[in-house]
Amino acid sequence: MEKHRVVITGLGIVASNAIGLDNYEEALRKGKSGIKHWEELDKINLKCQIGGVPELSSINLGDHLPRLLAEKLTNKGVLYAMLSGVEAWRDAGLEPNTDTTDYDSGMIFGAGDLSFDSFINRDFPAYPIDNGQSRRLGSRTISECMNSGGAAYLNSVLGLGNRIQSNSSACITGSEAVLMGYEYLSQGKAKRMLCGSTEGDGRYIWAAFDAMRVLCSNSNENPSFGSRPMSDSSSGFVPSGGSGALVLETLESAKSRGAKIYGEILGGHVNSGGQRNGGTMTAANPEAVVDCIKRAISIAGIDSSEIDLINGHLTSTKGDPAEIRNWVTALGRSGEDFPLINTPKSMIGHAVAGAGSVELVASVLQLKKDFVHPNLNVENIHPEILSEIFGGCIPTTCLEREVNTIIKANFGFGDLNCALVLRKYKEV
Amino acid sequence: MTRETVKTDLIDIIKPYLPEEVMNNEVSEENHLINDLMINSAHIVDIVLDIEDKFDIMIDDDVIGEMNTVNDSINVVLQKTA
Repeated sequence: MEKHRVVITGLGIVASNAIGLDNYEEALRKGKSGIKHWEELDKINLKCQIGGVPELSSINLGDHLPRLLAEKLTNKGVLYAMLSGVEAWRDAGLEPNTDTTDYDSGMIFGAGDLSFDSFINRDFPAYPIDNGQSRRLGSRTISECMNSGGAAYLNSVLGLGNRIQSNSSACITGSEAVLMGYEYLSQGKAKRMLCGSTEGDGRYIWAAFDAMRVLCSNSNENPSFGSRPMSDSSSGFVPSGGSGALVLETLESAKSRGAKIYGEILGGHVNSGGQRNGGTMTAANPEAVVDCIKRAISIAGIDSSEIDLINGHLTSTKGDPAEIRNWVTALGRSGEDFPLINTPKSMIGHAVAGAGSVELVASVLQLKKDFVHPNLNVENIHPEILSEIFGGCIPTTCLEREVNTIIKANFGFGDLNCALVLRKYKEV
Repeated sequence: MTRETVKTDLIDIIKPYLPEEVMNNEVSEENHLINDLMINSAHIVDIVLDIEDKFDIMIDDDVIGEMNTVNDSINVVLQKTA
């Protein structure tokens, strides 16, 4: 079977440090932190009282979404998905289908658990059901809570008629959505797929992470220092909300309509460590991580020496040195031979199910515009990392340089791994 | 509460639920919520909840079935707040 080449033709972004592509590129280049202290978290005794919340107040929702949805929707995970999805669709030079259904286009748009934040902003308590008040749930509770809610509301605007799917795979949700879209298109089953993921924010989502003691609890006085991947003092991740969206398209389709091309997806892989051999619900089986990265590179048909930049998972936890070791093993590159490595997490925190897509948008921007964004708060690199790679591989300022090949990975709860290889688009 | 103030408040509640194609039309008392104003029937329960909050009343399910037009809805509010 002929394999179709798949390119990226549109991007959309809602992140804690920027809403909208141009703002995000500027924020990435400048190393702008979106992490703040939140009184509401202090009030309910969370140990981690910092987080990244996209500033919806900085935009007029009605300019981007149908009026009813702009005025009535409260679920931030759903709102972020709609904003990033509509931006990506328009950025690709496409318009929402008003009266017709577009059977050549589909969507894979994942989420973590939309029901967690659905009740936060309601003007009634979260427990109308137990109070015998279930009628007060109204008509939108199901559609906003269901895990496919982001995709469903987004498609109420876009009118796509090919496969509409919502995956949920913890922290790899976003990169997995893009991988699945790539695989679907490469088989020729659609012309384009809008792929992404979303995560809301706030106390209902973050409290249980806090209870697991996996969040950063020692930077409440200095929020922008909280997320410090690869640092010797990384102490837990900083939670955040956000959504990234990418329009993937077969090369034939993109060329036939003269679309701008951000880059090409060469291939990728998703696997699991089976929660064996060091893998658990929350920790990665290193053998599986290495296998996932190696297979992604092999499927992409490149050599690991061609990789210019790694966009890592790197959550700012004790797991960061182990991740670096896995990269070194998988790529067979270490010391000064190791590629540059970064992650937007030092600026925006960890957007959980939104992370993969939010970070992929950063990868694609760097690929297209030839820059490498800085990592914040890593003045003191973890000694175990320095024993594997040269410190200069971790940029702390924005580098202007040619970026041809990027590998992006995410690793998630449930011992799940996903890696994607992206390349600057060239005719042959 | 006068009929006119109830009407004004009701129309403010209904407005966000109107589809784009009728949003700029004048809403009259005779308008049927679903047939004329083309409100998605699923949203009627949300409008009822908004009305309950606004007027601090409780509207039973069997009464909801009688709220076909704007006029019907005004009458329900006037009865409940009387």
